[in-house]
Amino acid sequence: MRPPSPSIPEREFALSVLKQSLRLDGRTPLEMRMPAFRFGPELGWVECALGKTRVVAHVDAKMVKPLPERPFEGIITIHSELSPMASTEYEAGRLSEEEVLLARLLDKVLRRSDAVDKESLCILAGQRVWHLRLTLHFLADAGNILDCACLAGITALKHFRRPDVEVIGDDVTVHPPSSRAPVPLSINHTPLCLTFAFFIDPETPPILDPAQLEATLSSGSMTLAMNAQRELCVVQKAGGVPLPVDEILRLVEVGVQKVKELDVLVEAALQEDWKGRRIEVR
Amino acid sequence: MGSRIETLNAGGYRSDGRRQLELRDFIIDLPTVSSSNADGSAVVSHGLTTVMASVFGPREARLRSLTLHDRAVVNVEVGITPFSSGERRRRGRGDKYILELAAAIKATFEPVIQIHLYPRSQIDIYVQVLEQDGGMLQASINATTLALINAGVPMSDYVAAITCGVFSTQPLLDLTSLEESDVPHLTLAVMPKTGKVTLVTMETRLHVDRFEELVRLALLASKVLHAEMRTAIRAHTGELIRAMGGSRLSRVPDREDAPGDDDQDEAMADA
Repeated sequence: MRPPSPSIPEREFALSVLKQSLRLDGRTPLEMRMPAFRFGPELGWVECALGKTRVVAHVDAKMVKPLPERPFEGIITIHSELSPMASTEYEAGRLSEEEVLLARLLDKVLRRSDAVDKESLCILAGQRVWHLRLTLHFLADAGNILDCACLAGITALKHFRRPDVEVIGDDVTVHPPSSRAPVPLSINHTPLCLTFAFFIDPETPPILDPAQLEATLSSGSMTLAMNAQRELCVVQKAGGVPLPVDEILRLVEVGVQKVKELDVLVEAALQEDWKGRRIEVR
Repeated sequence: MGSRIETLNAGGYRSDGRRQLELRDFIIDLPTVSSSNADGSAVVSHGLTTVMASVFGPREARLRSLTLHDRAVVNVEVGITPFSSGERRRRGRGDKYILELAAAIKATFEPVIQIHLYPRSQIDIYVQVLEQDGGMLQASINATTLALINAGVPMSDYVAAITCGVFSTQPLLDLTSLEESDVPHLTLAVMPKTGKVTLVTMETRLHVDRFEELVRLALLASKVLHAEMRTAIRAHTGELIRAMGGSRLSRVPDREDAPGDDDQDEAMADA
């Protein structure tokens, strides 16, 4: 059920306020909501919150036969389904356009960018590889669910530990976590996602991490996924308000800074959680 | 495995014999006699990538519930024929890649088409990919631009799209599918009059410093494509004028604010 479009006073107020570089929740235009992480009891379960937007990411692994055309690589699949739990605008079962775009972007950022080294997931070439399943549950959508989901996803992948495997000849022994400490995944780089929203009025500056009302009123958005090594993984500006090239490059520079800060935050949160866990039996 | 095909060899030639910054053959086919009911159509080829776009509209919306009171609704449907690529692959209409392509085209043209002139109507754009060899989105956007102009749908500007990649530090333009699978690349769609970018998509990892270089290069390349599109449209319009007995029409005075009218005199002189 599509939510009612914002009322005229709401729209006029929000747009006039944005024109003065102020936002409804008091942030500056290029300020992102502070992400909050909550780690579950099992490894690979993370809840990420960006303000009121909340996404849970969960990773699990099992051993399967590899794809015949890629016998040396593991398999990573991402499962995400937008349900009405996230917001009344999403309908259960029906694949809306937003859901397709969200799923495609998540796929590009988390899987196609080779964040996780697939060759390290190989146990026995051609016969046994790890199949990682990343499941995303969208709990609440208060704007910018994409960034929240990517953040939750990559943090879950970094948090996850897979069971240690010993291969002697053709014999594969999986050691349960109780006997041998589980092993972290081999992460090549940490792609982090940033979404900017633009408005038709050229005097209104682009904003980072739009809230729900801001996203509804915007007429274009650009998503950048970058890592802390100044590499762009995904750029997606599909239509919307045309922008001058310099503006896009300026936002890329802004993104580089933000991603560095986010990366530090994610690492700090992971370290914090790690201290509180007892994995190894000494 | 056969010998590896070099993306860019030591002599500066690419696998299909082009130079680094050379574009593929850009062939535009605007139908003089329309075989279908479409209001406008165009077949565009970039080398071996061929895409056909048909435009219906603005016309009365089929479903009242899908109309907007103050503007037209733009619907885009993309179809990729199974015989378009080397491996015969049938993609269903609900395929995510196709839906993404359609959404990108729709989002690209919605701010460009003057939809406020046609409230409660719809404009349907059907894109069929006939042959693919890299640059599918690029060709689809270019074909759609030409089909919309052919249909007489008012737009603020052309939209020219181009792919651009980088092989180690060397930039490449207009990539084939072999090159696309090999090097990091992006697709850029530009409105040439103002030089503003309507679409940028990139799915491969690229360093930020290289990104700026590629974007600026793609901007220049899109201007070249724009010039070609304008020439084709002018030639086509010139033929229509001739067919309607235009050689007896008096010369239209040159207006400075109209884009690209400088070569209209030449088109009339040929008549």
